[in-house]
Amino acid sequence: MTGPPAPDARRDWPLWEVFVRARRGLAHTHAGSLHAPDAHLALHHARDLYTRRGEGVSLWVVPAAAITATSPDEKDPFFDPAADKPYRHPAFFALPEGAEHL
Amino acid sequence: MDKDEHPLAPPGAGELLAEVEAAHTALRTAHRTTPPTATGTGAAGTPHGHGTAPDEAGLRAHFEKVIADDRKIEPRDWMPDAYRRTLVRQIAQHAHSEIVGMQPEANWLTRAPSLARKTILLAKVQDEAGHGLYLYAAAETLGVHRADLLDALHEGRQRYLSFINYPTLTWADTGALAWLTDGAAIVNQVPLCRSSYGPYARAMVRVCKEESFHHRQGFDSLWALTHGTPAQRQMAQEAVDRWWYPALAMFGPPHHASVHSEQSMAWRIKRFTNDELRQRFVDICVPQAELLGLTPPDAHLRWNDDRGHYDFTPPDFDELTRVIKGDGPCNRQRLAHRRRAHDEGAWVREAAAAHAAKHRTPHHGPHPAATTAPATVDEAAADEAAA
Ligand SMILES: [Fe+2]
Ligand SMILES: [Fe+2]
Repeated sequence: MTGPPAPDARRDWPLWEVFVRARRGLAHTHAGSLHAPDAHLALHHARDLYTRRGEGVSLWVVPAAAITATSPDEKDPFFDPAADKPYRHPAFFALPEGAEHL
Repeated sequence: MDKDEHPLAPPGAGELLAEVEAAHTALRTAHRTTPPTATGTGAAGTPHGHGTAPDEAGLRAHFEKVIADDRKIEPRDWMPDAYRRTLVRQIAQHAHSEIVGMQPEANWLTRAPSLARKTILLAKVQDEAGHGLYLYAAAETLGVHRADLLDALHEGRQRYLSFINYPTLTWADTGALAWLTDGAAIVNQVPLCRSSYGPYARAMVRVCKEESFHHRQGFDSLWALTHGTPAQRQMAQEAVDRWWYPALAMFGPPHHASVHSEQSMAWRIKRFTNDELRQRFVDICVPQAELLGLTPPDAHLRWNDDRGHYDFTPPDFDELTRVIKGDGPCNRQRLAHRRRAHDEGAWVREAAAAHAAKHRTPHHGPHPAATTAPATVDEAAADEAAA
């Protein structure tokens, strides 16, 4: 996640990550971050900042400090177990001519 | 004003919006990893991490490969210090421009000629505050704090765009400012939607979509004036005379004199030279000015068939340097107002923080997806509001 070192609490409010459900049937998606003193004001700021044009029907705000992320970058060996299992993709299997609905 | 004659969109605007959409689509699909083949691993470069000492040459090679492949650098990736510094400088300058840039138009909020124009202008000024916030958040992903960036602005260690230091003398200046400087901002910013730094590119997609409303309402406001009385037409022309060159200067010094351009282009933070963007802006603007019946203040402005572009007189770059250094018509006023607004808001920030400290509860609520937890809004109510 977007994670700068924790802001100096005396100088700025804590950081929150904002997730927006654009409409029914869709999952909440990360929209960005903001600073707010508490969850209540974080929701209000999120509404004013990320849904000024009706971009959402539901909002989540999460303290950025509460997020645990994989590390240290986007090519972490943590994901290696998935790298050698091509058989998890249906396209791995060759089909004989004429096989349908498969 | 005759609505039938009103062009659907200023010429050239649709093309720019299409580029923003294309950049947005590219962002959504760029990181889809290809399914691994039976032999390959799909991993580029050498993985590093837990426990092993990161090898800088390998990290740099991976960084350069990501840039060369036109993929995005994300906050937790290794990046050269100079890349990080360049981004912080550029994004902070951009964020400062958004928030100080609220001032020239805010001057006219209480004196707008109608309630409709007032509410539209208010919405635009609110958007600019939002742009500042998206951009400060993007800068913070690089490990800096917003409070420090604001200090740097207030102490004059970081800058904002020079055009903000010019005054808005009449109501028409708000229209001319939005049509020209928001228009120039769009031309500058559309390529930034494809910038190599992910959080910056994502922020710019949001910004550009909203800027196009700013641009359009400015054009609409000038259209109303140019279809009004002779005095209103004259007011519009004079405002355009004042804002043409500050807008052209927004693209910065010519490429050969621009200190940071070369490296920024190599890193794909920036994708076109200042001169290319300035030319593009002039080419888009002239037909719009013709539709409005307004004349840019440049006797040498004319179509050049050989080049396929308009020839024009460049802005006075010495003036640009002077204004950037603090010697424009409104520099001191803009900065003093910004500092005062920040200082006068201190008690609100402190009160909200004190209230939060008093009511702090541990974060052990139910899963927000499961029920109406405290930190969600009521979807049904939002649906009602939208209906
Ligand atoms: Fe803006
Ligand atoms: Fe704008």
